[in-house]
Amino acid sequence: MLDKTGVPTPDQVLSRFPAEKDLLRPKAILECYEDIPCNPCSTNCPFQAIVIGEDINAQPRLIVERCTGCGLCVAVCPGLAIMTAALKNDRAVFQIPYELLPLPQTGEEWVGLDREGRPLGPARIEKVVRKADRTNVVTVSLEARHLYAFATVRCPR
Amino acid sequence: MIEKELVIVGAGPAGLCAARIAAEAGCRVLLIDRSPLLGGQLIKQTHKFFGSEQQRAKTRGFRIAEALVADLKPFGDTVEIWQEATVVGAYPDSVLTVWTNGEYRKIHFQSLILAVGAGERSLAFENNDLPGVYGAGAVQTLMNVYGVLPGKEVVMIGSGNIGLIVCYQLIQAGAVVKALVEAAPKIGGYKVHASKLRRLGVPILTRTTVVRALGDSAVKGVVLSGLDENWNPIPGTESEIACDAVCVAVGLSPLYQLAWMLGAEIPYVGELGGMVPLLDENRQTTVSGVFAAGDASGVEEASSAMVGGRLAGLHAARFLGHLHPDHTAIDTECRAQLSSLRGGPFGAKIRAGLKKAEVKVHAR
Repeated sequence: MLDKTGVPTPDQVLSRFPAEKDLLRPKAILECYEDIPCNPCSTNCPFQAIVIGEDINAQPRLIVERCTGCGLCVAVCPGLAIMTAALKNDRAVFQIPYELLPLPQTGEEWVGLDREGRPLGPARIEKVVRKADRTNVVTVSLEARHLYAFATVRCPR
Repeated sequence: MIEKELVIVGAGPAGLCAARIAAEAGCRVLLIDRSPLLGGQLIKQTHKFFGSEQQRAKTRGFRIAEALVADLKPFGDTVEIWQEATVVGAYPDSVLTVWTNGEYRKIHFQSLILAVGAGERSLAFENNDLPGVYGAGAVQTLMNVYGVLPGKEVVMIGSGNIGLIVCYQLIQAGAVVKALVEAAPKIGGYKVHASKLRRLGVPILTRTTVVRALGDSAVKGVVLSGLDENWNPIPGTESEIACDAVCVAVGLSPLYQLAWMLGAEIPYVGELGGMVPLLDENRQTTVSGVFAAGDASGVEEASSAMVGGRLAGLHAARFLGHLHPDHTAIDTECRAQLSSLRGGPFGAKIRAGLKKAEVKVHAR
């Protein structure tokens, strides 16, 4: 399916999520489903929580206990294939990479989108960190039921 | 006739890296490029690169170009650069003719590195000469070098990494990508690039091709058709999409012409993109002292072009009697990096192609 549509299967997505009890703190979700020669996520993780190993073609693997959810890998991944996810009360909270204009502003309500670009519902912009290399990191929250479906946000205007 | 020790044609990732390492070894280098900007295709790459830190992964392409040019700064005395200079002829008696500043100049070289890159392939379909039908390279140049949006509503043909990346860049620039069309049954490039487009709502249509562009004086739309297993259009599956630009990204072919003019052996190797010079393990063609690197010797990623350029520069220097002080270490390191970059499933085609394009015997 991913090969034909660019959309991973629900099983593929689930395989990258730790157990929900581990999501009380944010964890990196590594949506890299293919062996490609690339390793910045691993070499840039300050906690050695992302393992690729000697062969840089291998897919990254998260050591959940080591991941602090700092989100450094979110901004580093050249494929924009990493977000962090957490569960906070009835909200799912994500840090996503964002490279489009306009940039969302804290407090705004945007539209949450799934992996096929379909609207999920309102997404609250919690925080926006502007990065020098222009891959900005946006913290956004949605209803918790969208935990496994959410992919990015769209400007409501 | 101008006498030069080492001439490098093409100042893209391969040529710039070759120039640096050859200069380190003590060569006097002339680097020639036809463009007003150094960096080759890197100057229009606004996305972050894959690879490892040794190939400057996670850096945007145009920043890599700036870094590679800066790397040459300490060698200002020994690396001469001609920009807006086009090599138009190459002769077996080690002579190049160059068109620059309104005149032809003749250069005699002792060693030569061809880092001339690759050219875009075209696609035959009705009305493909209408204004609004672009190659992906032109779209990137207009958009990312000159700040001109080539169209507001675009249909992309081809799902290799270039097609996928240019779609994303079009969206960043404010265009709407109406569809990405791919004749093969599967997406050609990295799936992470495809996923980036899908979550922004771009439809990816595999086993689909463009039949004709619509419009009288400019593109107003395209007609698409589904393809069967033998790549033939399926009757009754035609559909129309309104757009004001069609971008063709159906692959690259190495620019082999200079190597051919010099008399190098140039077999057709489909896996490497077309006609490529046979190379020995030190990137020397079958013409003694003539080396090749980058897409000119097989279409790959810029990361491999940089490493291959270093290897070519290192061995051209040795050919000229300038053994780099760290020759063996750099040689070993470059080969390790290349086998790592080509080690995965995406490298399988390249690995197969390189076997066909490698000569075991010494150059004549």
